Amino acid sequence: MKIEILGTGCASCKTLYENTKKAVEESGKTAEIIKVEDIPSIMKYGVMNTPALVIDGKVVFCGKAASTAEIKGLL
Amino acid sequence: MIKSFADYIVFSKIGLLHGSHAGEALNFFIYDTIKIFLLLTSIIFVVAIIRSYFSPERTRRILSSKREYVGNILAALLGTVTPFCSCSAVPLFIGFLESGIPLGVTFSFLISSPMVNEVALIMLWGLFGWKIATIYIGTGLVVAIVSGIIIGRLKMEKHVQDYVCEIKVGATEIKEQSFPEKLIYARDYTLGLLKKIWPYVVVGIGLGAFIHGYAPADFLLKYAGRDNPLAVPLAVVIGVPLYSNAAGVIPIVQALMAKGMATGTVLAFMMAVTALSFPEAVILKNVLKTRLLITFFGIVAIAIIFVGYLFNAIL
Repeated sequence: MKIEILGTGCASCKTLYENTKKAVEESGKTAEIIKVEDIPSIMKYGVMNTPALVIDGKVVFCGKAASTAEIKGLL
Repeated sequence: MIKSFADYIVFSKIGLLHGSHAGEALNFFIYDTIKIFLLLTSIIFVVAIIRSYFSPERTRRILSSKREYVGNILAALLGTVTPFCSCSAVPLFIGFLESGIPLGVTFSFLISSPMVNEVALIMLWGLFGWKIATIYIGTGLVVAIVSGIIIGRLKMEKHVQDYVCEIKVGATEIKEQSFPEKLIYARDYTLGLLKKIWPYVVVGIGLGAFIHGYAPADFLLKYAGRDNPLAVPLAVVIGVPLYSNAAGVIPIVQALMAKGMATGTVLAFMMAVTALSFPEAVILKNVLKTRLLITFFGIVAIAIIFVGYLFNAIL
């Protein structure tokens, strides 16, 4: 599974990255987690409200730093 | 009730004297902190539920078919309820322009969003009363609408960074949340926002309390009172580089006002602090060439100064 965190690098983007990392670890699944920080790549997903979470090329949510538990439910 | 609680703590429990500097400052601090946090928690929660119906994607859809005037008015109004943090300003700006929203309309949105919001409304209402809160919200919207129209008229589209128009914005489908999901979102949003702004609020109220208790009542009257014509532009010039959200700056301006700063000057200062800042300029430099960036700051600053003079004249 490929997980992308879209965000220009603000505090909530970092929180989302950490929470996602934890969620993947706790779920025991293997996933590649990538930070996407450049604007054109973020815009390719049509996301205007960062941070956003993309799983296997699909935007799952945007505009919030979701909790570890919430992300685990989405994996 | 909060007042008697604060009185009880300060004058009965701690034993400070009525009218003493320390007593008045501490009393003011306790009273305002409790009142503001109660108001903040309840109203942010309600607004978060309203916000969950206005995603940036929906706002973009609404605005993309609108032109000058109607577009500017709608953009300024939607700017107050559409959730987005300052670090999303760049993707939002690009997304708006790409879907055909005029530059001026986009600016109306970007100006109103940080300046006119529920936190500003609650803090002003709690500390100054509903009249000043309404005036601030109303004039804030007018500043956003007028500045956006002027920027649109100046035809500065070529001063947007060149790469912006080359970006292709992908289509995305984000499913609407169910109502229970919205409640959870609202709870998380409220907690998250409170966590972010509480230090500003406490420091702001603390500074306000200090000025309240220690500075003489006519301290600012000479410099920032109604009779000094330079007070308004000066307040704006000082306010622009300062960066704070509404939550941090309002307790301070309340204290300034209590010490003789004129109402219009206070409103102008607050608008300058929230609407324009250095960090924002740095973020927007990613999408705006210098000339448009300076024009944007200049026009908004002039509009704010105008509001300041207006209210010093009529209030």
